[in-house]
Parts: sequence; structure tokens; C-alpha cells
Amino acid sequence: MSTIAHDHHDHHDHKPTGIKRWLFSTNHKDIGTMYLVFSLIMFFIGGSMAMIIRAELFQPGLQFVDPQFYNSMVTVHALVMIFGAVMPAGVGLANWMIPIMIGAPDMALPRMNNMSFWILPFAFALLLGTLFMEGGAPAGGWTMYPPLVLQTGKAFPFLIFAVHFLGVSSIMGAINIIATVFNMRAPGMTLMRLPLFVWTWIITAFLLIASMPVLAGAVTMLLTDKYFGTSFFNAAGGGDPVLFQHIFWFFGHPEVYILILPAFGIISQIIPTFARKPLFGYASMVYATASIAILSFFVWAHHMFTVGLPINGELFFMYATMLIAVPTGVKVFNWVATMWKGAMTFETPMLFALAFVILFTIGGFSGLMLGITPVDFQYHDTYFVVAHFHYVLLTGAVFALMAAIYYWLPKWTGHMYDEKLAKIHFWLSAIFSNVLFFPQHFLGLAGMPRRIPDYSVQFADFNMVSSLGGFAYGISQLLFVYIVIKCVLGGKKATGQVWEGARGLEWTLSSPPPFHSFTKPPKVTKALMDY
Amino acid sequence: MIKIGGIKRTTVLLTLLTLVMFGFGYALVPLYDVFCEVTGLNGKTGRIYNAEASKLVIDDQRFVTIQFDSNINGNLAWKLKADQKFLKVNPGKFYVATYTVENMINEEIVGQAIPSVTPQIASLYLKKSECFCFRNQVLKPGEKKKLTVRFEIDRDIPKNVESLTLSYTFFRALKDNKRAS
Repeated sequence: MSTIAHDHHDHHDHKPTGIKRWLFSTNHKDIGTMYLVFSLIMFFIGGSMAMIIRAELFQPGLQFVDPQFYNSMVTVHALVMIFGAVMPAGVGLANWMIPIMIGAPDMALPRMNNMSFWILPFAFALLLGTLFMEGGAPAGGWTMYPPLVLQTGKAFPFLIFAVHFLGVSSIMGAINIIATVFNMRAPGMTLMRLPLFVWTWIITAFLLIASMPVLAGAVTMLLTDKYFGTSFFNAAGGGDPVLFQHIFWFFGHPEVYILILPAFGIISQIIPTFARKPLFGYASMVYATASIAILSFFVWAHHMFTVGLPINGELFFMYATMLIAVPTGVKVFNWVATMWKGAMTFETPMLFALAFVILFTIGGFSGLMLGITPVDFQYHDTYFVVAHFHYVLLTGAVFALMAAIYYWLPKWTGHMYDEKLAKIHFWLSAIFSNVLFFPQHFLGLAGMPRRIPDYSVQFADFNMVSSLGGFAYGISQLLFVYIVIKCVLGGKKATGQVWEGARGLEWTLSSPPPFHSFTKPPKVTKALMDY
Repeated sequence: MIKIGGIKRTTVLLTLLTLVMFGFGYALVPLYDVFCEVTGLNGKTGRIYNAEASKLVIDDQRFVTIQFDSNINGNLAWKLKADQKFLKVNPGKFYVATYTVENMINEEIVGQAIPSVTPQIASLYLKKSECFCFRNQVLKPGEKKKLTVRFEIDRDIPKNVESLTLSYTFFRALKDNKRAS
């Protein structure tokens, strides 16, 4: 049970009941749960779209869907997975864990917290509603390049406003997180004692605040170009479509770190727990994360090497991109060094974390290949790019999120999950995600372009393998839902500490933690984190 | 330890930062134009005025080949043709090139030509005193028209540029776009 003396003066641990508990919730734990459930639903919606894509690509030729709908699937799959699955899952974990990791009673701005969650269902109602509209859902790719995106039918304003809403929601979430960490830490919880998950989230939050408004500006320009006669991106009026790509990727590159930095934080919590050693190079981890974030604002044009940049521009963006490999290498080194001579055990969270380290690094290497300008002229817009970003986002970000769920699920529910089933889920995921994405490297190198519903016959075999891997990966995620539901409903009682090697404030609370925790701030000492 | 005042201050500062970054997104538009103008990217050509033009010195030892290219954007039913394939010109001297444009349908249309120069570096040195691209062009149904451009190439154009291409693309003018829809 709880080792912290809390709730001396108010013993009411009551919570509102029924639907009102969720609609009007200002409780960080409930809002965190809602974010996570929402993100899981979106993961399956986006996943179903991926299944349609892989079914169509199972064989050459047009089988199931028409090309326009196929392009819609590609576009909406990306938007749903990025803004609906990975980002809300990260915010959900932040909501649940940050207050109890820093010894705060709740988030700093609880009402805003409620609002930033409840914007999401509306934003996705706008976006997914377009699937049933005249002219179909947006089909110009999630990057929304003009002039193509301006040909979107009735769905266009819905796409733009959905993006606006998503931006507002994530900016509010980011402000809340920074306000919480800067102002509500328990005494003794100095900045350099913060758990790494908290650190990576502060940095992510700054990235969100600096980059999402730029995206909002870019899509607003698209909107006025289409309906109000401006010509930001219209050559006929003196604009330039390439300008959109610059503005978009000025947002877009920090965005990919918004997706991955919280994952770095999660892995930095899990590996020390199961290696039973403190994190190697804590300070260098913090500085590496910050350097990655700062550098992310200076590499955007590596997404557009082929638009006709001057040679000096190509060189600058190539070198800047290579530079990011240094802090990322520091992180991978530190994770490995943490495990070095540790007393390791391999529970499911650790298995996912290890898979993350290996597979994310593969994705990082293919990223380096893409960052080499002359080589990128061959790889650009091929399946090699698709393979690259799925390695960093699926076997990277999503694996880290899965690791986080298994790691903290006993803390949230008070029950241990079914370790045997979870291990099966891990192995199915790890094997089939590789069957799914590894052949796509070869397809890309052989010249198969991305975003096409049909392809020439020499690509058939690898596509079939990839599709089979896709279906198996997709189905095995249902097992994950079953494990989570089973764990919520019951199971072996979890102790407060849950994992033998777990250190930090959140493990001093009971499992599940009381509805209101740390109403009296705990005292944080160095010993709390010691092994 | 909760610092209520601190929460307020942090929130206000971060909201301001959000607004600043929204503004920065828009500021990228003029920044981009300035950047392109300075570096000659995008191949946008410059303009020359009388005061400057009177000071030009002709370099009759050197010849540069300028080729003329023409394009029509997809949603405009016009035909555009350069009347000369290329000219051999002395830097510092004014020349006139002409294009013929024809409206192919039974409707009055307003068009706008957008120039582009390759190699991009050359665009810094190609200057026009008169050009049909300086304003909208209106063509009555079936009308055929001669269009002129008067230009010079600066003496400072790098020695390794021996030939350049001046390309025009006609777009349906935005005002006309609106009228059509």
C-alpha cells in the first residue's frame, strides 16, 4: 500500500458517477484513460484502413477499391494514426503519469485538460465524416501539397478545420504539461531529478507549441487560396507551391520528433526497471533529447531534396540531418549501457523496449540513408520511405506505447495482466511487423513508388509477403485488446511497486492509485531513485 | 508545492509563444520571397527602369544565347508560341522578343504570364524594361495577339553562363477564375 502519508485532512476519495464522470472530468487519471481509450479506437480505425491498403496491394492489378478511394485510405490512415493514435496516446500517458511522477495532485489546468480531450472526438468526426461525402475523403496525401489538395471536393474545408482542431487540442495539452511540470513539482523534485519520461514530454510540449501553430498557418493559407482568392501557393497570382512544402515541413519535421520523443522517455523508464540499474548517463539523455529537438527545426528541407534546391541548400540540410544521428546515437548507447551487466529479466514491457531499441535503430539507419542527398534522388517517394517511417513509427513509437501500457497497466488497474498472453502478443507483433515492413525496403530500392494502388508485376512477391505480414500483425492486435480488457476486469493483485526494479514516486502509491493522489506533496530524496 | 501565480505566468507566456509562432508561419511567406529574390531561386526575373537603363555599357565582345520557351497551364484554352527560337545577344544591350498568343475558345478570358529563367543564377541578370507579364492580358473570343518583351542581360552575368532559357507560362488570371466559377 501507499507509503506516502496522504489525504490526512480530506478522506473523501469520492468520484462522480455515470457519464458525467467522463464528460465533465477534470481528473488527470480519468482524462488520461479517455485519451488512451480514444487512441486505441483510432489505432483500430487507422489499422482497418491499412488492411484495405494491404489487401489492394496483395496482388498487382486493381482488386477491391478504386484508385481514388485507395488514395483516400492512404491519406486518412496517416492522419488518423499520427493525430488520432500516436499523439493522443502520448498525451494520455502524460496525463496519467506526469502528476504522479512529480508528486502533484493533478494537472495545472484541469478544465483546459478536459477541453483538450473533448475537442478530439469532434475533430475526428469532421475528418472521418468526409469518407461519406460527395467527392470522397481527402486523397492528396497527409502532407496536403497544393495544387493537388486544392482539388479535394466538399471534404476540403472539413480537412482544414479538423487539422485546426487537432492543433488547438495538442497545443492546449502541451501548455498544460509545461505549466504542470514547471509549477507543481513536489519539494526535492529538482529538474535534474525528473524521471526521463517527464523530461522528454516537456521538450515534446515545446516542440508542439513551436510547430503546430505553423501548420495551422499553412492550412489556413490553403483555405484562403481556395475560397478567398489569395495566392500564397498559386503561381498565377505570384505565389509558389514549393513555399507550402517549406512551411509544411518546418512543422512536419518537429512533428516526427513529437511522435518519437515521448517514446524515448518511456524506454528510458522501462530499461532501468528491468535491468535493475539506474539509467546510464541521465544528464546526457536530457541534453541529447534537447539537441534533437532544437536540430529538428533546421532540417526540414531533407523532405524536399528533389524540388530543385540550390546545391548549398542541399549540402546544408544533408549535414544538419546527419548531425541528428549524434544525439540519437548517444541515446541508443545509453540504453545499451544501462543494460550492460544489469540483472535483467524479460517481462513483456522489457521485450517491447528491447525490440524498440533494435528496430528503431534500423529505422534510424534507413533515415540516414534517406538523408544523403544524392541517394535520396533515387529513394524519394518510393516504398523505401514507407519502410523507413513505419520502422520508426510502428516498431518505434507504437512499440514504445505498447511497452508503456504493459508497464503501467498494473499500476492503473491494480491487477497484473496475463503475462503469457502478453508475451504471445509481443512475439506476434515483433515477427509480423518485420514481415510487413522489411520487404518494403527492397520494393523501394527496386523502384516501387508509394501511394499507388497498382504496380508492375516484378514487385508482386514482396508485396504479397508484406500484405500477409500486415494481416497477421493487424489480427494479433486484437489479442492486445483482449489482454487489456481482461486485466481491467481482474487478475492477480498488483503491489504498489508492481515491478521489483521500479523506482520513482508513482510506485510509492497504491495500485490502483487513489482517485486524488499527492494532495499533500511528498518529500523527494535522492534515495527514492537509488538501487 | 504548487505555485498558483507561476501557473498563470507560464500559461500566458506559452499562449503568447503560440501566437508568435502562428505569425511566424505567415512571416515565412515574405521571407521566402526575399530569399528567392536575393539568391535568384525560382527564376523570377528583375525589372529595369529608365534611369538605370541609360547607364548601361554594352559588351560587344561577348555573346550570350537566350532561348525562348512557352507553356500553357492546364485550365486555360490558349495557344502560346515564341516567334523566335533563340537570340544571340550582347550583354548590356536592349533586345525585343515577341510571342504570339491565341484564344482558342468562344469566351473572353483574362490570363497572366509567369516568367522563369534557367539556370536560376542567370535570373538575377536578366532585366526587363517592358513585358507582357507585367499585367493581365485579356483576349476576346478567338483573338490572336502579338506580345512583346524588352530586356537586357547584365554585363556582370557569370562567364560560365553561355546560354539561358526564358520561359513563360500563362495561367488563367485569378480574378477571371472567380468570374468563371
